[in-house]
Amino acid sequence: MSTQTESGSETRYIDALGAGMAAALEEDERVVLIGIDVGAGGGIFQVSKGLYDRFGPERVIDTPISEMAYVGAAVGAAMTGLRPIVEIMFMDFVGVCMDPILNQAAKLRYMTAGALEIPVVFRMQTGAGKSAGAQHSQSLEAWVAHVPGLKVVMPATVADAHDLLLASVRDSSPVVFVENRRLYSSRGDCEADQLPLGRARVARAGEDVTVVTWGQMLRRCLAAGEEGPASLEVIDLRSLRPLDMKTVIESTRRTGRLLIVHEAVQDFGAGAEIAARIADELFDELRTPVRRLGNPAVPMPFSPELESALMPTSKSISEAAQRLKMEG
Amino acid sequence: MGTSIPAEQRSSREAPELQLFSTMALIRAFETRVSELYRDGEIPGFVHTSLGQEAVAAGVGTALRDDDYVATTHRGHGHCLARGMEVEGMMAELFARGEGICHGKGGSMHIADPARGVLGANAIVGASLPLAVGAGLSSKLLGQGRVAVAFFGEGAVNQGAFHEAVNLAAIQSLPVVLVCENNVYAEFSDSRLMAKVPSVAERCASYGVDASVVDGNDAAAVYGVTASATERARAGDGPYLIEAETYRWHGHYEGDAQPYKPEEEASAWRERDPLEVSAARLRERGETSDEELERIRAEAGERVERAIERARELPAPDPEEAYADVYAD
Repeated sequence: MSTQTESGSETRYIDALGAGMAAALEEDERVVLIGIDVGAGGGIFQVSKGLYDRFGPERVIDTPISEMAYVGAAVGAAMTGLRPIVEIMFMDFVGVCMDPILNQAAKLRYMTAGALEIPVVFRMQTGAGKSAGAQHSQSLEAWVAHVPGLKVVMPATVADAHDLLLASVRDSSPVVFVENRRLYSSRGDCEADQLPLGRARVARAGEDVTVVTWGQMLRRCLAAGEEGPASLEVIDLRSLRPLDMKTVIESTRRTGRLLIVHEAVQDFGAGAEIAARIADELFDELRTPVRRLGNPAVPMPFSPELESALMPTSKSISEAAQRLKMEG
Repeated sequence: MGTSIPAEQRSSREAPELQLFSTMALIRAFETRVSELYRDGEIPGFVHTSLGQEAVAAGVGTALRDDDYVATTHRGHGHCLARGMEVEGMMAELFARGEGICHGKGGSMHIADPARGVLGANAIVGASLPLAVGAGLSSKLLGQGRVAVAFFGEGAVNQGAFHEAVNLAAIQSLPVVLVCENNVYAEFSDSRLMAKVPSVAERCASYGVDASVVDGNDAAAVYGVTASATERARAGDGPYLIEAETYRWHGHYEGDAQPYKPEEEASAWRERDPLEVSAARLRERGETSDEELERIRAEAGERVERAIERARELPAPDPEEAYADVYAD
C-alpha cells in the first residue's frame, strides 16, 4: 500500500482507488487515465479527484460521451506504448463499447501470437441498492469473465481497491476492473493482506459452510457469519479471471458444503461456473449439493422496496447456509 | 469542405511512380493467386481481396514513414504488402501454418505485423478507426512524431465508431490520417443508397476535419495527398481524411457472385485498372519500357509462387500453439 494514502482504518474505498491510480500515474509515465469527466471534474463519483491538477490534461484525459471511440482508442494506445486506465462510468454502459473490449483487447495478443501487448485497465463500477434503476445497476462480470483474454478483478475491500488497481495497471493483459459504488464510502484498513492478483482470500475462517463471494456481497456474507448459528468460512474471490479454485477447493473439501453468493443475476452467473468446477473436483466429498444465491432473473426495479427484496441479505445468506448445514 | 489540400500545405515529395507500380504488381499477383487458392480449397476461412484497389494501398503505404502505424480492415492484404510485410510470412499465415506471421492464429482477416507498424487487419467494420486514434494518442504523448493511418471502407462510415473516432481525433488534434477506400459497395449493398449524404469527405467535414477526395485508382495521386496529410499531421495540425474513390473487382468475400453489381459499371471500372493508369504514365514519360513493366509483374508473380510453394510444404501449428499467447503471463 502506498504511503500516499492516509493510513490506518479511516481510509475510504474511493480514496484508495484514487491513490492507486495516483501511484500508477506516478510510477510510470506511460500510464494515462481516459474517460468521461475524469479530468477537470474529478469523475462522476470523484474517484479521480485531484489527478487532473496533479498530472495534467495530457495524462488525465476528458473525452466526449463516446465510449466506442475512447475505449477503442485506449486499446489502440495500449498496443502502441501507453498503459491506459480507461473509465466506463457504469458497467451497464459496456453495451455501447463492447467491441473494443470483446474483439480487440481480448483477442489481439492471441491473434498476433504475442506480437501485440494490450496493457489496458477498463475501470467500471456496479452496485445495486440505491434505486439506480435497471440500466445503472447490473453486475455483468460473467459477461466479461466468459471471454478468454480478459482478466476480471472485483475488489471488495479498501486494501484491494488500491492494491488490485495498481496490480491491474502493472499487468500486461487487459483487465476489466469492477468497482462497487456501494463500497465507495466504506472504510477499512488499507494496509491489510497484500495478496497478489489472482489469489482469493479467506476473509473469515469457519467450519460448517464455505461461502464464496466477491464485491459488495462480501460484507453481507461476513455479517451473515456473525449471525450464526452455522459457522461460515467466507472466501473473497477478488478476481474471477484468474479464478483461484485452489483456495475454494481446499475450504470446500474441509466443510463439505458450498454456498456461492453474488450480486449478479443468479442464472448463468459466475456462480454456476464455480459450482460446476466443484462438482467436477469434489463431487464425492460434498455433504450437500452446491447452492447459489444471487439476484433473481429480473431487471433491477427502481422501487427501493422491490430492489432490496431481490438482493441477497445477511439474513437470506445465513438462512441459506443454515439450510445447507441441516441438509447434511 | 476542402476537396484538395491548399497549395502551401502540399507535400513537395514527388511520387515514385515505378515503386508504386511495383508495389501494385505485387499486390495484384498476391491477391490473384489468393483468390484462386481459396477457390481451390487450399486456404481456409474467409478471404476478402483488394483487386482493383491496389493504388490506395500502394499510394498510402509508400508515402508513410517506416515507423508509422497502420490499422486496417478485413480487406487488408494490400495494405500489409505496401508496408513491407514479408510475402512468405503472409502466405504461410493464410495457409494457417505454424510459421505464419501470426502462427496460424490470425489468418487473412487478422493478419498483422506490429514490428512494421501494421496493427492488424480487423474483422469488425469500423474497428480500425478508434484503434488508430489510440495509436495517434500514443505517438503524441510519447512525442514520437509517428502518424497513425486507419483504413476503412465507406460502409464503415455508417458505423458509430467512425463518427466518434473522427470527433475524438479532431478535439485532441491527433496525428491520424483516415483513409476511406470508397469502393462503392458496402458488403452487398450500394452504399450510395445507404446514406442521404454519401460523400464521406462531406460528412467528415462536419467534425471540423479537412478532407480530400482523390482518384483512388491513381497511386501517384493517392501518394501525393497522403504525403501532404502526413506532413500536416506530423506538424501537429491534427487529423485529415482522404476519400479514395475506387472499385472492388471481386465480391465482398471470395465466392460472392455479386448479383447486385451492374455489368457496365463493373467493366467500366476494370477499364481504369490502377496498374494501367500507372503504366501509362511511366510510358508517357518514356523512362520505362513495356518490357521492364512486364518483367516487374513477372517477378512479383514468381515471388508469390515461391511463397505459395513454401507455404504448401509447411506443417500446421503445433497443437500447443492453440493455448499460447492468451495472456501476457
